[in-house]
Amino acid sequence: MHSDNSHTKLEAQRQELNDLYEGYANRQLIEEEPAIDPRTGKPLQDIYGASQWRLIWRKFIRNQAALGGGIVILLFYLVAIFGDFIAPYGKDTRYRESIYMPPSEVQIVDSNGKLGLFIYEQKQEFDKNLKRVYTPNLEKKIPIQFFVRGDSYKLLGLFESDLHLFGVPEGMIALFGADRQGRDMFSRLVIGSQVSLSIGLVGVILSLILGTILGIISGYYAGWTDDIIQRLIELIRSFPSVPLWMALSAAIPMTWTIGQTYFAISLILSLLGWTWLARQLRGQVLALRNQDFVLAARLAGASDSWIIFRHLIPATLGQIIVVSTLQMPAMILAETSLSWLGLGLRPPVVSWGVLIQESQNYQSLALYPWVFLPAVAVAICILAFSYLGDGLRDSVDPYTI
Amino acid sequence: MVAYILRRLAVMIPTIFLISVITFIIIQLPPGDYFTTLQSLAAETGGGMDTAVLQRLQQVYGLDQPMHIQYIRWVSGWVRLDFGYSLEWGAPVWTVISKQLNYTLFLGFLSIIFMVITAVPIGIYSATHQYSIGDHTLSAIGFVGLCIPGFLLALLWMFLGIVVFQFDVGNTMSMEYREAPWTLAKVWDYTYHLLPAVVILGLSSTAQLQRIMRSNLLDVLGMQHITTARAKGLEENKVINKYAVRVAINPLISVLALEIPKIINQSALVGIVMMLPTLGPVYLRALLSQDVYLSGTILLITTIMLMVSNLLADIALAWVDPRITLT
Repeated sequence: MHSDNSHTKLEAQRQELNDLYEGYANRQLIEEEPAIDPRTGKPLQDIYGASQWRLIWRKFIRNQAALGGGIVILLFYLVAIFGDFIAPYGKDTRYRESIYMPPSEVQIVDSNGKLGLFIYEQKQEFDKNLKRVYTPNLEKKIPIQFFVRGDSYKLLGLFESDLHLFGVPEGMIALFGADRQGRDMFSRLVIGSQVSLSIGLVGVILSLILGTILGIISGYYAGWTDDIIQRLIELIRSFPSVPLWMALSAAIPMTWTIGQTYFAISLILSLLGWTWLARQLRGQVLALRNQDFVLAARLAGASDSWIIFRHLIPATLGQIIVVSTLQMPAMILAETSLSWLGLGLRPPVVSWGVLIQESQNYQSLALYPWVFLPAVAVAICILAFSYLGDGLRDSVDPYTI
Repeated sequence: MVAYILRRLAVMIPTIFLISVITFIIIQLPPGDYFTTLQSLAAETGGGMDTAVLQRLQQVYGLDQPMHIQYIRWVSGWVRLDFGYSLEWGAPVWTVISKQLNYTLFLGFLSIIFMVITAVPIGIYSATHQYSIGDHTLSAIGFVGLCIPGFLLALLWMFLGIVVFQFDVGNTMSMEYREAPWTLAKVWDYTYHLLPAVVILGLSSTAQLQRIMRSNLLDVLGMQHITTARAKGLEENKVINKYAVRVAINPLISVLALEIPKIINQSALVGIVMMLPTLGPVYLRALLSQDVYLSGTILLITTIMLMVSNLLADIALAWVDPRITLT
């Protein structure tokens, strides 16, 4: 009996504890309702528990100027990639009867109030100074058609095609006017952007490789390696960039092929560019190499290359991206100015610099102002890149307000 | 201080020699020389040049010598301001470039003045009227100015000048005044050709300077000595001008030093676009015709200009800010 009694007592105690525990557990569940940020109404967990990349992204999309810049850049690159398809004509297609034709005005409503996309036929005449004047023939409507067959091209250098986004069955459509040889400025601008935008990218990638390797080595190993690399950077930087670029581009032999010249120019551009990235990374790595996580990795037996690739490069990736984005406009501009000077790419290659160089005759500029449009494209592109880079720089350090 | 300057100058001399070697190598990189370029040019236009004549010319001007001999010849003349002979201009290099060098320095100097006298007041205004419409507008204009470099601005200006204003915007003055004696009208003509060049050259640096002036002044205005000055009842413009600006302006000098290379770089391109008599157009021609002593000397002088401006900036910083001691 006694033992029974004690048994029931124990049982009751256990029951009590169980209840208590369950109650406690339940209470915990109720209390664990996520804390809410009183301003935004979002759970705080989202902010304090977010990864660094999420924080950067969140800060970046709040910056409208940077976002706008990014979208413009994206559009520019999309247009460049599908350039041959978007351009209604090839870069060298000439229309003798459209020399210096002003930009075609796309009409939506005709004189009878009927809707539809069309342009008026342009009649070429010579005035008494033998200047070409174009008058629209309001009788003759030319409809704009989509997905038409035209000049053949190789998309991305791979797929042969002759399909174009838009075109006209007769005459010529020149959204940005025609140049002195009757070539469509819009097509040339679009196709020229392939060279201009990619040469910037290639130059940045080259300087990225050089700058990352030398910058991280310089900061990580310090000592005499660092000294040599720093003296080299100082020596390169003591030259003024534009005159040095000019001298180096002038050294490119005229006999080189288009591909060789293209590569040489991007190499010249990156020759100075890498020093900025290397300096920046060196400073960061110098600060990081004495941090506990690097020490921990080393104690755990990690090799130098493991520490560099696994820890240091990811930690400095934000800086690398920012510096490269901010370098893009300088590279694009350098290509433009070198080609403009006649030291960079030369016709028949089409790039923005080559196009601006062709419009260089100030007399023709006054009569046919649309040949100056490539310079506007360059300005827009550079501005967009600068807004993007500026916004990225602000958001890469997400812990500042 | 004097010891510091002397030491910097002492370091500069071997650096200049190293740079001159690199410069000479870069300039000599293209195959051939001035006369072979001339020969091929003559061939293109249907003329020709006898190979014997070519070799004789190369001999006379020492172009047949090995590179290190040519280099030593070039360097040894420097003390006498003899930088070699420009074959294209048929004159010593120094005579060819001295006028353009002066104009380049003059233009650069004016741009720096323009930079300082516009950026500082705008920066002060933006900082004291933070987040006002004026501040936002000026910052937005400043950002655009910062991104569009002189080369593109000069092109846009030439375009505007020709298409919209319809006057002769290039060069230092209009055609009709070039040979005329100096009159008031000529001075005016000269000025409105010069001022756009000054503004275009200085604009992107002005924007940078203005941004930094604004943020510096905002930092200083938050400091305690400013609050104390205000609490004691000092007039607001005295607080700003005598206390805050005095402190905020110091870092601008090092920024100014960083902007000078931009001006040197852009003056080459802007000079070519606007047809100004800067070193740019001469340099471009010399590069294209392989007039090596001329192009090499211009590249060297531009590099030296850059080094000197950095030194001057360091000295000026120490002079303005007594907290900095140069050792």
